[in-house]
Amino acid sequence: MRGFVFVARGVAWRSIHNTLVSPAILLPSIIFPLFFLVAFAGGLSRLADVPNFHYGPGYTAFVFVFVFLQSAAFGGVFTGFAVARDFESGFARRLMLSAPRRSGIIAGYAIGALARWSITGTVVTVAGLIAGMNIDGSGTDLLGLVGLGIIFNFVAAMWGCGVAMFLRTEQAGALIQMPVFVLLFLAPVYVPLTLLTGWIHDVARLNPASVVLEAGRGLLAASPVDVGLAFGLLAACAVLLALFARRGLASAERAG
Amino acid sequence: MTISPPRPVGPGAGVVGAEPSSAPGLVAQVAAVGRRSVTRTLRQRGLLIFPLVFPLILFAINGSSLSAATKIPGFPTSNYRDFALALVFIQGSLFVSISAGTDLARDIETGFFNRLALTPLRGEALLIGQLGGAFVLACIEAVVYLLVGIATGVVIASGVAGVVVLMALSILIAFGFASLGALLALRFGTGEAVQAIFPLLFVSLFLSSSSLPRNLIKVNWFREVATYNPMSYLIEGVRSLIITGWDARALALGFGFAALLVLITLALANAAMKSRLVRT
Repeated sequence: MRGFVFVARGVAWRSIHNTLVSPAILLPSIIFPLFFLVAFAGGLSRLADVPNFHYGPGYTAFVFVFVFLQSAAFGGVFTGFAVARDFESGFARRLMLSAPRRSGIIAGYAIGALARWSITGTVVTVAGLIAGMNIDGSGTDLLGLVGLGIIFNFVAAMWGCGVAMFLRTEQAGALIQMPVFVLLFLAPVYVPLTLLTGWIHDVARLNPASVVLEAGRGLLAASPVDVGLAFGLLAACAVLLALFARRGLASAERAG
Repeated sequence: MTISPPRPVGPGAGVVGAEPSSAPGLVAQVAAVGRRSVTRTLRQRGLLIFPLVFPLILFAINGSSLSAATKIPGFPTSNYRDFALALVFIQGSLFVSISAGTDLARDIETGFFNRLALTPLRGEALLIGQLGGAFVLACIEAVVYLLVGIATGVVIASGVAGVVVLMALSILIAFGFASLGALLALRFGTGEAVQAIFPLLFVSLFLSSSSLPRNLIKVNWFREVATYNPMSYLIEGVRSLIITGWDARALALGFGFAALLVLITLALANAAMKSRLVRT
């Protein structure tokens, strides 16, 4: 156990250090969610006037929850990029040679992803508040929303680590990013699920990201919806993708 | 000691390697460089797919996700896909800028440009010829986007003649952005510099009337930004042909801004090309 903690701490420290000292790593993960918040809350707020659009805190808050959870997911995705970069530069190979418990490497990257998102999530929240976002939920509700974000971040980090460790090249970037991007945008991003029609409604209804998104919006509006289901789905994804990341690590170990 | 460069052989050799006295005319030079650029673009099939497919993915998702917007009073069409198709053309044009700029930057980085500087090839011919691949990519994109749009139920309100004008406008816009990519490549000489402009272009695209008509944008500052953003007029020019029919003002603004983009970026790129091709 001590070996695991030692490795996890070391990898996490390096990941956080790299994020903080390199604007090229930190800025994209901050700018993109901010851009989405501005573009959606500013450009599409008239959607709140669509008949049967009912969301108490208003359109900015409606969009904020999406951007908040998206930033959590992309905090994990960007960590996947970092893992791929470490493999391509040869650092990961040296790391695996020196690590007494290699599973600690995954844990370290996951902690790094969480630290990265803690910065992005804070910036996005402050931006939402500056933009006039209303919050109807209580402190407990907001903790629930943050909890959803933390597990979502972990899930995405495990996906990113797994793909990066299986492929061990920076060219894996598109494969790490695109499924997460598409999954998020196949959820009810702009209007509630009930207002979607056609194929997008059918897809969004089956999309686990929709449950998480609607639960998050419910928490912010103080009218929780399927919160237990959202946490359950995320927990199941977390376990499955942690196993996937572990297998990716095993694949990297076999490759030498 | 003098070193005589070897006489080049193969297609285009007569252009870039000929003696100054026997240098072919501008058109022949453009054709030779353009042929190389087109061939290179068509050979990179992997790089063709992403610019083609990504805007269509967004079109498929946003065309359905935002269909509720048609219920906003005053929305100009009952099918959001009609409204969203114009954005696909502009997004495709942005990808053309990256493709054109990156190809040019690669020629600079690999030293191909330095070797060309030793030939009697004219800078204008090199610039226009290099954009040949981008032009072909823009044509392919325009046809594919139009066919996909029609296949998904989009009706072009301006009819067959409107389709021709739409293609011309979208290709002109793509050529303008390709020239911008070329300008960045020539100024900075690296692919990274060209890639770095993409997020900025993408942001400016979303800070326009890309998702809703300007008169329906509720937030004042956003509406102001969209009004001063030339990207809005490029989108509205294309969109007018799809959902309105023949809107002289929208078309004049669309073609006007597109022509301005082409002229400014080509003039600046030509100046950058002259300094890049200085014979030392």
